Amino acid sequence: MKLSGWGRYPRVDCARAVMRDAEGARATVLGQESLIARGNGRSYGDASLNARCTLSTLRSDRLLAFDPASGRVTCEAGLLLSELLAFSVPRGWFAPVTPGTRFVTIGGMVAADVHGKNHHLAGTFGNHVESLLLLTADGAVRRCARDENADLLRATIGGMGLTGVILEVTFCLIPVETGAIRQETLRAGSFDEIMALCEESEGWTYTVAWIDCLARGKRLGRSLLYRGEHATRAEAPDATLAPPGRKLRNVPVDFPRIALNPWSMRAFNALYYGRGRPGTALVDYVTYFYPLDAVGEWNRIYGRGGFTQYQCVIPKAASRAGITAVLEKVSAAGMGSFLAVLKLFGAEGEGLLSFPTEGYTLTLDFPVDTATLNLLLELDAIVADHGGRLYLAKDSRTGARMMRRGYPRLDEFLALRERYDPHRRFESLQSQRLDL
Amino acid sequence: MSDPTAPAPAVSPPPPAPAASPGPVSSGPVSSGPVPSGPASAAAAATVPATLPAEATNAVLILGAASDIGAAIARAHAAEGRPLILLARQPARLEREAADLRLRHGVAVQLLPLDVLDLAAHAPLLDSLPVLPATVISVVGLLGEQPRSAADPAEAERVMRTNYLAPALFLGEVANRMEARGSGTIIGISSVAGDRGRASNYVYGSAKAGFTAFLSGLRNRLAGKGVHVVTVKPGFVDTQMTAGMNLPKPLTAQPEEVAKAVLAAEARGRDVIYVRPVWRVIMSIIRGIPEPVFKRRNL
Repeated sequence: MKLSGWGRYPRVDCARAVMRDAEGARATVLGQESLIARGNGRSYGDASLNARCTLSTLRSDRLLAFDPASGRVTCEAGLLLSELLAFSVPRGWFAPVTPGTRFVTIGGMVAADVHGKNHHLAGTFGNHVESLLLLTADGAVRRCARDENADLLRATIGGMGLTGVILEVTFCLIPVETGAIRQETLRAGSFDEIMALCEESEGWTYTVAWIDCLARGKRLGRSLLYRGEHATRAEAPDATLAPPGRKLRNVPVDFPRIALNPWSMRAFNALYYGRGRPGTALVDYVTYFYPLDAVGEWNRIYGRGGFTQYQCVIPKAASRAGITAVLEKVSAAGMGSFLAVLKLFGAEGEGLLSFPTEGYTLTLDFPVDTATLNLLLELDAIVADHGGRLYLAKDSRTGARMMRRGYPRLDEFLALRERYDPHRRFESLQSQRLDL
Repeated sequence: MSDPTAPAPAVSPPPPAPAASPGPVSSGPVSSGPVPSGPASAAAAATVPATLPAEATNAVLILGAASDIGAAIARAHAAEGRPLILLARQPARLEREAADLRLRHGVAVQLLPLDVLDLAAHAPLLDSLPVLPATVISVVGLLGEQPRSAADPAEAERVMRTNYLAPALFLGEVANRMEARGSGTIIGISSVAGDRGRASNYVYGSAKAGFTAFLSGLRNRLAGKGVHVVTVKPGFVDTQMTAGMNLPKPLTAQPEEVAKAVLAAEARGRDVIYVRPVWRVIMSIIRGIPEPVFKRRNL
C-alpha cells in the first residue's frame, strides 16, 4: 500500500501491519527484521515509512483511565488527540501541549516530542509524560518513567519510534474553565519589532507569530503576533465547553503546480498581513489551535508532487542573524510559503533527539522540486552555521551530517539504540537516511 | 464463563455524558492544585456497572464483538448512550475495549463468552441475560481460503457453519423472543459475496447467500409484529479479515463507515443496505451478467 507522510513526499509502497493489542504487536515485532510504527501519518516526511513493514497503531486507540480529580489520563498510543479532546474538554480538561493539528496520535506526540505555542512555559509534550509502556526489539514490554528505565524514556521522547513501539502513555491534562481562548493580535513591522514583541509576551501562555516571508528590505520580518490565554468563565460567560460543531471541508483535487507561483504567494502573504487586525477576540479552541484542520487534505494545495515543511530552530544568541539570513535567502529565491511561522522556544527538554531548544524557530512550506531541494541545502548550511537544527517530524530530505551537527546528544541516543535494538529492527526511511 | 464479579477495569467513573451537560462542567476542577500521586485507578470505584441493569431496555447485543466491524458498531452505539452486551469467544480480550466504552460514553458494558458454533449454548445464553436487548447485531463471519475450502470439506463446513448456520440459528432464537415481546431490531452483517456465486469465494458466498435469504425471510415473517430486520452488505472493508489483500480504495469502507450505515439503517428502518452505494450498482451488474458469459470470466 502506498504511504506517505503529510507532505506527500516521498510516497512509498509499504507492507502494512495493524496493531490491535500488545500481543499482536509483539508477534509483528518478533516476526519482522525491519519495521516502524506509524500513527496518523501527520509527520511530514518519511519518519513513519518502512517499505518492509509499517505498523499502524490507529486500531489501538482506547482510553484506559481518567482521573477527574487530577486530570491524569492513560491511553493507548493510537488514540487521536482530537478524540481525547472531544472527551476531556467538556469535562474541563485540555492537553498540556498541542501541536498545530489535533489529528495526531498520542504515541506520535511522544515519538516526535511535539511542541506547541506554550513551549516557552510548558516545554514539549514529553515533559508531561509520566510514564509509558514500550515494546522493545526483544519483545519485552518495558515501563519507562523517570524512576524506571529513565534512559529509555529520554531516548523514546523525540526518538521517532526508533526505540520500539509505544503501547500506552500516561500524562496529566490541564484544567480549563471554558473551551475558548482569549486572543490578542499585534502587528510588527520588522524583524526586530517582532522579536521584541515575542520576548515581552513571554508571560502569555500561548504565543506564535506569522511572518510575511516574501517581504524584503525594510519590511523583512513584518509579522502578526498572536498571543492567547484560556478564557475564564468570567471572561467568556457565553462560551461552553462543548466542542464547536463544524463540517470538515476537503480540498477536492490536487492543485496544479502552476497555482503556486511567486505572484500568488506574494499576493496571499500581503493580503494575510493586511487582514490581521490588531485587537482582542474570543475564539474557540479549534479555531485558535487548529485553523488548518478545518480544511481536510489541505496538503493537496501543493499538488501531486507533494511539499516539505522546513522547520529549524536557532539558538537565541544567533537567532537574529540566522533567521534573517534564512528569510533573505528565501525571499531572494522568490520561493515564498503560505505558512511562515515564528516562535520563541523555552529551554531544551530531556529527549535526546528532541527538537526544541532555547531560541527562535521558523517554519516554512515549500512544494517539492529541484529548485526547492537546492534552496533547502543552502538553508541547511545557514542553520548549521548558526548552531541550529531541523525538526525530524517535518524533515524528508536532509543529510546525516546536518543531523550530527545539530543534535549534540546523538551519540548518547545511538548508544542506547545499540543496547536495546542491536539489530536495528526499528528503522524508517528517515533513520536510514540520517544514519540513526 | 462470564464472571460479573470480576474486578472492574482500572477506570474512573466518568461524569455525565457531554451531551447531557452542555454548560460548563460544574464538577470540573478549575485550579491546578498539587497532583495526587498514585495510579489513576485509585479513584476507580466503577459507578458504571460491568453488568447491565434489567431496566436497560435500549440495550444492544453484538455477536462477534471482537471483530473490527463489531468494535466500530459497539462504539457508535455507545456514543448514542446505549448500554451494550458484547459476545465473543474470549471476552477477556475485550476488557480494554469495554473500559474505553464505559469511560468515554458512561454506558454499561457487559462482556459474555459465546462460541457461536456451540449451537446448544445459544438459548441458555439468551435466557440468562438480565434483559432481552432492543437491538441484536450479528457481525460473525469467516472468509476462509477458497482453495482450502474447495479441497477440504471440513474447512468448507467450518466456513458454512460460521457464516450461515450458527448466526442464523442464533438470530432465529432472538427473533422468537422479540416476536413474543412485540418489539426489537435484528441486524445481520451479510455480504455482497452472497449476491452471486463466484469461483473465487463460492463457499463463503453461498453461506452468506443463505444468511441473506434467512434474514429476508425473517423480515417478512416479523413485518407487522413490531420486529424489524436489517440486512447489511458491506462490500470491501478494511479489517483483519481482509488484511494483506490489495483492495481498491474507492470500493473499500472503513469499519466506522459500516457502523455509521448500521446506525442509520436502524434509525430509518431500512431493509437491505450496501455500505457504499456504488456496491448496489456493481452487484446489480454482476447479477445481470448471463451465466454463459459469467462462467468464462474469472471473477
